[in-house]
Amino acid sequence: MAVIFQGNEGLASHEPADIVDISDQPTYGDALITGSIGEPSVLMPMLAGDSASHDVAGLIFNGLVKYDTDLGVIGDLAESWDISPDGLIITFHLKKNVKWTDGVEFTADDVMFGYKTIIDDKTPTPYKEDYLQVKKAEVLDRYTFRVTYGKPFAPSLTTWGNLVVLPKHLLEGKDITKSDLTRKPVGMGPYFLNKWTSGQEVVLDSNKTYFEGRPYIDRYIYKIIPDSATMFLELQAGGIDMMGLTPIQYTKQTDTDFFRNNFQRYRYPQFSYTYMGFNLKHPWFKDKRVRQAIAHSIDKSEIVDVVLFGLGSPSTGPYVPNTWPYNPDVRKYAYDLKTARHLLAEAGWVDTDGDGILEKDGRSFEFTILTNQGNNLRINTATIIQWRLAKIGIKVNVRAVEWSTFINEFVDKRRFEVVILGWSIGIDPDQFDIWHSSKTKEKEFNFVSYSNAAVDDLLEKGRRTFNIEERKKAYFRIQEILAEELPYIFLYVPDATPVVHSRIKGIKPTTIGISYNLYKWYVPKGLQKHRIEQ
Amino acid sequence: MLTYLVKRLLEMIPTLLGITLISFFIIHLAPGKPTDVLAELNPKITPEAREKLEKYYGLDKPIIVQYGMWVKRVVGFDFGESFSTDRRPVMEKIWDTKQPLLERRLFITFMLNLLSMFIILMIAIPLGISSATHQYSLFDKITTLVVFTGFAMPAFWFALLLMLFFGIHLHWLPISGLKSVNYESLPLAGQIWDRVRHLILPIFVSAFTGLAADSRYMRSSMLEVLRQDYITAARAKGLPERTVIYKHALKNALLPIITIMGLSVPGLIGGSVIFENIFGIPGMGQLFYAGVMQRDYPLVMGILTVGAILTLTGNLLADIGYMIADPRIRAR
Amino acid sequence: MSASGGIFWKRFKRNRLALWGGIVVIVLFLIAIFADILSPFEPDAIDRRHILEPPTSLHPLGTDDLGRDVLSRMIFGSRISLSVGFVAVGIASVIGMIFGALAGYYGGWPDRIIMRFIDIMLSIPTFFLILAVIAFIGPSIWNIMIVIGVTSWMGIARLVRAEFLSLKEREFVLAAQAIGAGDLRIIFGHIMVNSMAPVFVSAILGVASAILVESALSFLGIGIQPPIPSWGNILTIGKDNLEIAWWLSIFPGIAILVTGLSYYLVGEGLRDALDPRLRSGSK
Repeated sequence: MAVIFQGNEGLASHEPADIVDISDQPTYGDALITGSIGEPSVLMPMLAGDSASHDVAGLIFNGLVKYDTDLGVIGDLAESWDISPDGLIITFHLKKNVKWTDGVEFTADDVMFGYKTIIDDKTPTPYKEDYLQVKKAEVLDRYTFRVTYGKPFAPSLTTWGNLVVLPKHLLEGKDITKSDLTRKPVGMGPYFLNKWTSGQEVVLDSNKTYFEGRPYIDRYIYKIIPDSATMFLELQAGGIDMMGLTPIQYTKQTDTDFFRNNFQRYRYPQFSYTYMGFNLKHPWFKDKRVRQAIAHSIDKSEIVDVVLFGLGSPSTGPYVPNTWPYNPDVRKYAYDLKTARHLLAEAGWVDTDGDGILEKDGRSFEFTILTNQGNNLRINTATIIQWRLAKIGIKVNVRAVEWSTFINEFVDKRRFEVVILGWSIGIDPDQFDIWHSSKTKEKEFNFVSYSNAAVDDLLEKGRRTFNIEERKKAYFRIQEILAEELPYIFLYVPDATPVVHSRIKGIKPTTIGISYNLYKWYVPKGLQKHRIEQ
Repeated sequence: MLTYLVKRLLEMIPTLLGITLISFFIIHLAPGKPTDVLAELNPKITPEAREKLEKYYGLDKPIIVQYGMWVKRVVGFDFGESFSTDRRPVMEKIWDTKQPLLERRLFITFMLNLLSMFIILMIAIPLGISSATHQYSLFDKITTLVVFTGFAMPAFWFALLLMLFFGIHLHWLPISGLKSVNYESLPLAGQIWDRVRHLILPIFVSAFTGLAADSRYMRSSMLEVLRQDYITAARAKGLPERTVIYKHALKNALLPIITIMGLSVPGLIGGSVIFENIFGIPGMGQLFYAGVMQRDYPLVMGILTVGAILTLTGNLLADIGYMIADPRIRAR
Repeated sequence: MSASGGIFWKRFKRNRLALWGGIVVIVLFLIAIFADILSPFEPDAIDRRHILEPPTSLHPLGTDDLGRDVLSRMIFGSRISLSVGFVAVGIASVIGMIFGALAGYYGGWPDRIIMRFIDIMLSIPTFFLILAVIAFIGPSIWNIMIVIGVTSWMGIARLVRAEFLSLKEREFVLAAQAIGAGDLRIIFGHIMVNSMAPVFVSAILGVASAILVESALSFLGIGIQPPIPSWGNILTIGKDNLEIAWWLSIFPGIAILVTGLSYYLVGEGLRDALDPRLRSGSK
């Protein structure tokens, strides 16, 4: 295996709420009910664009590989794999005797079928790109699957997750978007679909012949509750066992005896960050000093305290703290209005008419922060920045725009001054599409039009080598340059804060969250709440 | 009467066409494409992939062509395929024939509104009558205040307060949804009781916030009838007040209420968005909201059309009811 | 107007509920107008030391999730919420009066077309349409006002049409026609002024509805967008903190409720006072 990941020192905090009786032996039975605002749309991973679909499909389908709790890559449906010395060829050796839930054996043909489907033009999937890097794919025998890449592609191994495994015997020759399987999937994961009632719930039952062992909890119910306040009331009323808490709910509303006695809260950093991006084509923001002055006028710790209630950390670059590509030693901008004013004056921004707002060439410093509607954390962040920038004489307007209008009319067409957005990042550090100067065309992701030849080189270097130290060196340097030049002001990395009913045991929080071992969760016999008749 | 009915039915067709035309064009004025939602700023989706998706969904054709295609399909009750990633037919989402009747979205919304309309009538009619016969009394003032309070109360807030009180503090009623997790294992009577318990809060909120119009109309209609000559005459004959009111006045005072009921249908359907979201009820309103947020044009159009058909049917039924109740119209 | 000012006022005054409603309406108006003077704090001032604090002498209505003073936000919110109500109703009244006048005055095919158009608009579940349009074009304050306005003019149009039908045969109109006054002059100079009373009543009732629609949109996340305060979006923040910050939902909830109630009572009071048929004892 080529890639080694750094461990997770003291990351996941696990609050002791009640003492787990060691004599509790894992037992079968009971049901786990999760609350979700959104309903899954399609239970086939490669077609799904929303997190609800991936949450549920993740329990039904496994991939060839998966992330270990220390972010290393381990086998899932693959027993092992070999990588050629140049990194261009990966040969997967699949586990034997893994059965689809309809009883048919899972083989290399299913992987081949999944791969062919995802690269097919007719398949409407947003995940094609990684698989187009594959030059050749072959089935060597029933349990061996080999892919050959044209150029070294560092993230290659990690792309063979559950997006590309489909039951060939059920789908061959059919239009997969029209298939019944999008609503009644057949997988080989720990759970299988029992019933899906639109708008109400998705009921999954445990797969008794799951190749990693029968899951202890017999039934998993994904309950759809569109309003967050209602969902929180349901949690208290016992209608659901598990949900994601907002920062306020985590810090203020669940800090009661009732919650301590009945629930367990968890907290771990998410693989995403929120940032404020400047349109670098805009004459005002072309000037590095202006961007740096703005950075000096924003107190990131205030945003983390107020918006996230401390449930997250200020971010300094496009990676999450405590992962191997993360460089902690980059330039930081303390909250310092004096330096900010000085930098702005240097750039020519002075309050000449005494109205409290800076001017340059007769124009007042006034701009609009755009963000997407419906994300309160971002709107609150923008509001705080608006308030802070007013103190150095910059007038900020905040505008929240509906998502697709936001992307289509403003981001894609470059009609913005400043945006507040977030990126969900993969575990692999390749961010070619976000920072490379060739990716600034309409609809591409370097929408702030950042262009730096050194960064371009480093990005290319980072994705074309498998040597972890070399990659690390490249990504560390990129972070230094970004911190100096500030095309984005990196704001924060939010924590995920799920809550689970305390009768459910066996949850081990790690860097990758809690649900990775859901099939090992259990409820001790005496605490079981729901009786499942099967 | 039959010719009148046929005429009314035929009149519905241009109205329906007008509704769809207005809805279709207004909705397509909006900027942005639904395929954007699918992309969700995922750095792995390329512009080419996005264009491919757009073409796949037929968004590259001119609007008028899209409308023509749409009308042609709708004649056969085919609202097309949803833009959301499941790409199910819109009709199947609204009225899924594979599900039992009680689980179909249109049915759920329809039943909920019917029940709340029934409750509203049961309360509004006696309330209106008493208010009218005791005009300007303390009772009249209190009712006025109460029904308007219902109307002016933000429904979602009221609903949450009731959930908090009856669901969390008293543990009497369930918070959301239409049935409990253990529904399947209950005996029939238990299943019915379970459903009823889930309906109490939503219908109460819906009825309380919708009470004002009907009860006020009942009141003013009654007031008007009570001033008619034949009532004065009846009173003059020395008939007891109860007989005057319930035998002579009520029948005529009820007539306008029939029309008002027909007219209140679109309001109730529109309100379902709020109730279904706050109470987690899987009806058409909830689906509509999700569709709107995802820019699922076919779904939004489909539900607007179904809503309009329900309204027109409501108006038609009201007309028929009016005709049966009022001999002067029956003669037409 | 069927009653002279004096009689009208006497009748309105007799309706105590309407009178109280009228006082509330006027007070709210004054609050909205003098928001800058009345607010103890800047409505947008963030204070990390006072997040979600219950009412104190410093913050009489408590603070919100960014430590902002709820009283100040409520005061400024009254300005926004009332503006939404009045502008939306203004738009609806103008559209309604034009369509109603054309239909009622000319009759014939303009009348048939307009009436059919009204039927169509009345058959669309209006809230669905508002929701779709706002979600698609974006929830700016102007969009919200305009969309509510253009979807709620039908009642006024019908009222105006009915008034025109009864007024256009009256002597003063016939006289004006006889001396050769133009249609526009007759419509706006003679008939419209005489049919304003029911429009006014209907508009008053509409203000309350528009404020409620805004709060419903806020609940769905597409009302007036923060940081601009509206009662609807303060209430929506309150909704998410219902159990720990009662002050965040009780105060805006009651504000919406009392405002709605007052406008309704005033509207009803005016209607009763204006409508000769409801005058007790007369036929």
